[in-house]
Amino acid sequence: MAKSWKMPTWFYRLGSPRWSFEIMGKLLPWFAIGAVVLMVWGAIWGLAFAPADYQQGNSFRIIYIHVPAAILAQSCYLLMAVAGAISLIWKMKVADMVAKSCAPIGATLALLALATGAIWGKPTWGTWWVWDARLTSMLILLFLYIGVYTLHSAIENEITAGKAGAVLSLVGVVNIPIIKYSVEWWNTLHQTSTFTMTERPAMPPEMYLPLLLMVIGFYCFFAVVLMLRTRAEILEREKRSGWVRELVEAS
Amino acid sequence: MANGNEREMSLSRVFWITLRRDLMLAYRRRNDLVSPLMFFLMVATLFPLGVSPDPQFLSEVAAGVVWVAALLATLLSMDSLFRSDFDDGSLEQMLLSPQPLSLLVFAKICAHWMISGLPLTLMAPLLGLMLFLPQEGMSTLVLSLLLGTPTLSLIGAIGAGLTVGLRKGGVLISLLVLPLYIPVLIFGTGAVQAASTGLPVGGYLAILGAILALGMVLAPLAVAAGLRISVSD
Repeated sequence: MAKSWKMPTWFYRLGSPRWSFEIMGKLLPWFAIGAVVLMVWGAIWGLAFAPADYQQGNSFRIIYIHVPAAILAQSCYLLMAVAGAISLIWKMKVADMVAKSCAPIGATLALLALATGAIWGKPTWGTWWVWDARLTSMLILLFLYIGVYTLHSAIENEITAGKAGAVLSLVGVVNIPIIKYSVEWWNTLHQTSTFTMTERPAMPPEMYLPLLLMVIGFYCFFAVVLMLRTRAEILEREKRSGWVRELVEAS
Repeated sequence: MANGNEREMSLSRVFWITLRRDLMLAYRRRNDLVSPLMFFLMVATLFPLGVSPDPQFLSEVAAGVVWVAALLATLLSMDSLFRSDFDDGSLEQMLLSPQPLSLLVFAKICAHWMISGLPLTLMAPLLGLMLFLPQEGMSTLVLSLLLGTPTLSLIGAIGAGLTVGLRKGGVLISLLVLPLYIPVLIFGTGAVQAASTGLPVGGYLAILGAILALGMVLAPLAVAAGLRISVSD
């Protein structure tokens, strides 16, 4: 009963900025190669070779950017909240840095998803913006990211800023399902035209596979950007420690 | 046994004492209480001036306008929730006290609702009249605000707790809190609109109540965590 509960050793090692910095340095090239290969492959296949949609023509091809960005924008929030929780519970510096790095990336992805959605909406729906449930909840997600980011930048003390951001993103995580369902309900109530993102017709594999490649490629790309930002953050915050000085002097 | 009982007693006493203290403080500064109410009234006045004075149109948007105005008025009063306690150091005493901080915070939020959300709710029928809200929607408007404004105070307190140490907390609170207010707004206006068109409103009110119950349980914990972070800075 009294036995203390322990996490695996690698988990505690992640708490060391130096160890994390090095392991991220080793992982970076692999993810970078994965991102480039998958995204170039998926983009060429999706944009040039996949068959045009029988209703939407070529304009549907923007989903190869839109869908991965939207998926990533949502996963990124979850990662930010989990990293925030880890930093609050285990006081892990690196988790705090990861959480901080997530906010601007997530906001950019949400913005990208909204922008590509608008560009796609113009030829398909005839309008840039529709108060559709999914569009609205993505917009709210963008607001949540902006809130976390603003809070981070408003507090000068890095550690306090990290904790405050973590609390806010955890509150956001509790709220996201409520927001999502309420927005969906609101939409079905107010809907007068049939301007929904109609259920996509079951896609043939030659349309679906490039999308899958792009999604995985986006995940790799996200990992690369996140690790770059986190590594920069580690160097910035650990600038007084010996190993960072050695690193800077050596280069 | 006796010990546990005593502790229970003391918890409820602490709650009442904190509540009374905050209400007393608010009563001594009565003028501050009026400004959110005036704001509420003025925002609602802007809509007919800015959009259209047509009764037909106004009766359609009345529910939304009253709710948005109430939401903004609550937000306006949120910054003062912990500000004066933070400035004069009594917030630090609360953090140091042996009583659970979340309970003290909950008492403060209750007091805040009584001096902001409750008056707004009582004033809402007046605004409803001015905006030609259908008669059938009036009681639902009051009921939905009665269930919804406490949630607004609870969620707003999270933002207030996180920003109390900052100089420019006011604007920041709105950025943090407004996205979280959206479900309350949706179900609040939904209830009033359903009532105006003669549809059943039970479901909406039940959900507003459920959100309130969830908020009452979780929000004080988040506020307490936020305050500890802000004050430790």
